[in-house]
Order: sequence, then structure tokens, then C-alpha cells
Amino acid sequence: MIRFIAVRILRAMITIFAVVTFAFVVLRMSGDPAQVMLGPDVPQEAVDAFRRSWGLDQPLWIQYLAYIKSIFSGDFGVSMRDKASALDLVLQRVPATLQLTLPALLLKLALGIPAGVYAALHRQSFADRGVILLAVLGFTIPSFVMGLLLVLIFAVTLGVLPSGGQDTWVHGILPTVTMSIGGIGILARFSRSAMIEVMGQPYIRTASAKGLKWHDVVWNHALPNAAVPIVTIVGFMVGSLIAGAVVVESIFSWPGIGRLLIVSVSNRDLAVVQCILLNIAATMVVSNLVVDLLYGWLDPRLRSNAAH
Amino acid sequence: MDRASSNLVELRGLKVAFDGVQVLHGIDLDVGRGEALGLVGESGCGKSVTWLAALGLLPGKASVTGSVRLEGQELAGGPREVYEQVRGGRIAMIFQDPSSSLNPVLRIGAQIVEALSLHRGLRGDPARREALRLLDMVGIPDARRRFDLYPHEFSGGQCQRLMIAMALAGEPDLLIADEPTTALDATIQAQILDLLIQLRAETGMATVFISHDLGAVSQVCERVCVMYAGRIVEEGSVAQLFSEPRHPYTRGLFDAIPRIDGPRQRLIPIPGTVPNPRHLPEGCSFQPRCFRAVEACRVERPALVTSADGRQLACFRPVPANEPAEPRNRVTEDMLL
Repeated sequence: MIRFIAVRILRAMITIFAVVTFAFVVLRMSGDPAQVMLGPDVPQEAVDAFRRSWGLDQPLWIQYLAYIKSIFSGDFGVSMRDKASALDLVLQRVPATLQLTLPALLLKLALGIPAGVYAALHRQSFADRGVILLAVLGFTIPSFVMGLLLVLIFAVTLGVLPSGGQDTWVHGILPTVTMSIGGIGILARFSRSAMIEVMGQPYIRTASAKGLKWHDVVWNHALPNAAVPIVTIVGFMVGSLIAGAVVVESIFSWPGIGRLLIVSVSNRDLAVVQCILLNIAATMVVSNLVVDLLYGWLDPRLRSNAAH
Repeated sequence: MDRASSNLVELRGLKVAFDGVQVLHGIDLDVGRGEALGLVGESGCGKSVTWLAALGLLPGKASVTGSVRLEGQELAGGPREVYEQVRGGRIAMIFQDPSSSLNPVLRIGAQIVEALSLHRGLRGDPARREALRLLDMVGIPDARRRFDLYPHEFSGGQCQRLMIAMALAGEPDLLIADEPTTALDATIQAQILDLLIQLRAETGMATVFISHDLGAVSQVCERVCVMYAGRIVEEGSVAQLFSEPRHPYTRGLFDAIPRIDGPRQRLIPIPGTVPNPRHLPEGCSFQPRCFRAVEACRVERPALVTSADGRQLACFRPVPANEPAEPRNRVTEDMLL
């Protein structure tokens, strides 16, 4: 078990390292921060001075080594725009993003899984077809379309909800709903197919043949088996708690990580972008690790495979 | 009601259709108290479907009609609760593939205790003690230590023993064993058969043994029903059917078994395959494969009638009693084409 976890953690570290390296190289190849920050009509001396002060005049590999070294000492760099610690800037924005993504995640779980399970247990019924239809609509409509549609309906036409900003909890309703609709659809579909697969297994017939009530067959015998594929998807959703709101935050002018990322990318604010990407990668990797551990807990067969 | 007192279960006109395709064409079958009844036939002849239908275990798309009576109480067409009360407690069932018939994510002890608490209200320590007793009874070695293991940590034969222990937990009056040894090695098969025979002797429960293995059926059962294409074609005591199979299909099943006594002979296969239930032949379903078929067999379907010796038979031209095996060889040649 300890070896299993150690291997997973090592793998996670390698993944994060790869993301950091990739982000570093791509960002530096995609544009010159000095040009963007200072504007086009600045004398060459000012540009050179800016590049010198941020170490951009050094060869790429020296910059890279310095960056990696500073990460290991807990220094994630300084924002070129705000001259503040990049990590502080990013962490300040985390609560705002979680204000949207956490309720959205709960909404996905609370609606998606029950809808999928219900559809699976009432296959070919009217409700089943309805769930499939809504699920497909939910995850095929892109969130920027869905967001604008909801704004049009609830903010512009009906005037019952605000179209942007972060003043009260009411302002969070539209962005949260926008963000959760696709996930509800995905979870409903996955839960449905997982449950259908499980309900056709011989051990479900055994549980019925034993005389268990239908309710107990579903809760005690079917759901624990359907959990593995569902947990995979939920893990992915948890992993994107930080990164999942880029589009929606922009639509609804919500001051979270996503908006910071867009602003920082367009400003070539290297340290901030890298810090955000590192955070996103870390969240994703940690949630994957937790999912891997959950697999073993949910399915004893995977547990013994991991041990070998 | 007088018949109900002698018979535990009575099936009358049991029919099953999947998506409009009739697979069971009216089964009449009685199981007496404590009796061991064999159900024999090729794959797809409806032997398992008969009992899955009787217990309401078929998926929703199956349409089941007819009557299923347990000690006079009608089950068929009843609400789910009626079946739930019967399953496990009155009629238990074990299945062909024991390894996938146990829930992979639940400990085997918990799965047996679940049945004990359901049918006998046992919980906690008494339930555990009783579960261990059942595990001992079905021959799981070192049950105490293995109580908290998962199904994948047991072999196929042991999983079938676990299934039997779970079935015994409800102290049923009838155990339906649906090809319980098909997926197992020959030596393990013999052990499981012995276990079923021994348990029936100890508990007095009736057994329905579904199998395509006539040898196994003859060991376990007193009475045999031979099924073909969703119908019973011959029914009688093991002794009757084994000494004098009268239906050409039953006869064919016996001719296809290797003999260890007597001279070495080629096995005689039954030509052709089981008909597709969507396109059953006219007349008797077996006539295209039958070495005794005559014109009448292609026109009309023979009904199942009781003969003078007490057996039931559905055939216009049954094999004469004590007919030697040779004559049919020359007929099979052209039928194989």
C-alpha cells in the first residue's frame, strides 16, 4: 500500500514537472513581455532595462534553472504588472473561484447521479428518454453559449437575476448554473450507463434471488459496483475546481482565477500565468491521486492488483 | 387444494416471450416436497428461463404468462413483494457462473449474513456463528479466517459452495440449481454434486437440478424432464428414462454420451442444431433433426400425454422400448447434409 502511494506520488511529481516545463517554454516562445508591458513606442534602452531587471536577457536554460530553483524554495516569482508576489495574487483569487465551482460541483453530483441512476432503473421509460435528451443537450451546448442564453433569459428578458459581478450570492446563481449544466449531463450519462451495466450482472440476479427488496438490491449491491466509473468522472470534476471557470468567469465578470489567467496571459505576466498553471496541475494531480486511492477502497479486486 | 398438499410447486401453462419471440411454450411441471427433479436439454431450450420466470427474475422486457403456484399460492402476475417473500426463504436459486454470481465488492461473510438477517432475523454474533456453521457445512475450509475475504479470493468451486451456503441461509423448501457445475472442473463438479446430494439428505429440501449433463442428473435426481425448444418432450423417473428413453430426442442425448462399459463405439451426435425460436419448424419442433420423423410430425405437433408406464411423452413415433442403438446410424448420414 505504501509502495502504491509512493509510486503514485512520484508519478504526480513528474506530471507537475512536465506541466511546469511546458508552460515555461511555451510562454517564453509566444511573445515578449517587455513589448506587451511597455507598449510599442518605447525606446530600445527602456526595453533592454526591463528585460535585464526581469532576467529575460539570460539564455532560456539559465532562466529555466533559476525558475526551478526558486520554485523549490517556495518562491513563485513576482508579477511584472503588479510587482506583487504571484502566489499571493493567485491565492487571493481562489476563494472567488471556489464560490462558483464548489456549489456547481455539488449541483452536478446532486442532480447528475440521481438522474442517471433513475434513468437506468427505468430504462426505455419516458423519464429515461427525457434524461438522455437533457443530458445530451446539457453537455453539447458550450458554456459560453449557455451562459449568454441564461443571461438573455433571466437577466435581460425576465430581469430577475443580475448578469454579472460578485456583489451578493444572487450574483453567483447564473454562473453556477451555467457551469454545472454540462457536468450534470455528463454525470447523468455516465451514471446511467454504469448502472445499466451493473444491473445486468449475475450478482444482481443473485441479490434478487436471495429475496432482497428491490431497494436494497439497488443500494447495497448495484450502486457500490457502479461507483468506480462514476468516481472517475467526479475526480476529473474535482480536479478542475480551479481551472474550470475560465470561460464562465469571463462571461459573468467574476473576479476569480480564470479571469486572472486571461488577463495575465494577454499581458505576458509570466510568473502569474506559471503560478496559475502550477496550481491547476497540482489540483488535477492531487484529485487523480485521491481517485486512485478511492478505486482501491471501492473495489477490492483493484486493491489486490495494486499490491502485486 | 388436495394436489397442493402433495406438490410444493406447480407450474401450469408457463409461457415466456422476449420482445415478442416466444421462447417458452407452456410448461406444466410439478415439484413434490423434498423431491429431486432434473431438467435436461441443450442450451437455449428454456430450462433456466422456466425457473427464472417462475421466480420473477427475468428482465423487464420478458413477458411471462401462466400460473406458478407455491403450496397453492399463486405467484405469477403478483406484485414484486410476493416474489421477494418467496425468493431465498421458500425457493432459493444458485447459478451457472459462481464467480460472477457473488457481489465482487462485498465480503463473503457479509453476503451470507445479509441472507441470514433477511430470512431468519439473525444479526451480530449469532448471525456470524450461523454463517460460519453454513460455511463449514458446505465445506469451506478455514471459514473463520476467510469470513472477511472477497469473492475473487476464492476459486470457482468454492464460490459455488459459498452460493450454496447463501442459498441454505434462508432454509428454503426448494433449491433451484441452474447448471451449478457447468463452469467447474470435472473433479470439482463431482464434489459439488455430492454436496447437493448430501445437503438434500440432511435438510429435506426439494431440488430442481438444471443441467445438460445426463450423468450428473442421474446422480442427483429421481425424476427427469427433458426439454426441447421451450417445451417438455419427455418426463419420467430416472430409471425409466435411462433404461428406455422413448422420445427420439432423449434417445439422441443418451447416444451422444460416451460409455465406459462395453465396446468402443463412435458417439452418435444429434444432427443439426436447436431451432431458432423465431423460426420454429412446423409440427414437432424436433422433426427436422429426428431420425424417426414421418409426414405427420411435420404437420401437427404432438401433445404431451401420459403413457401406460406413467411417463409423459410428446411424440407420434416414439422409440420402441428396448430398441438397439444401431438402426439409426444409416439415417443420420443424409440428415447431416
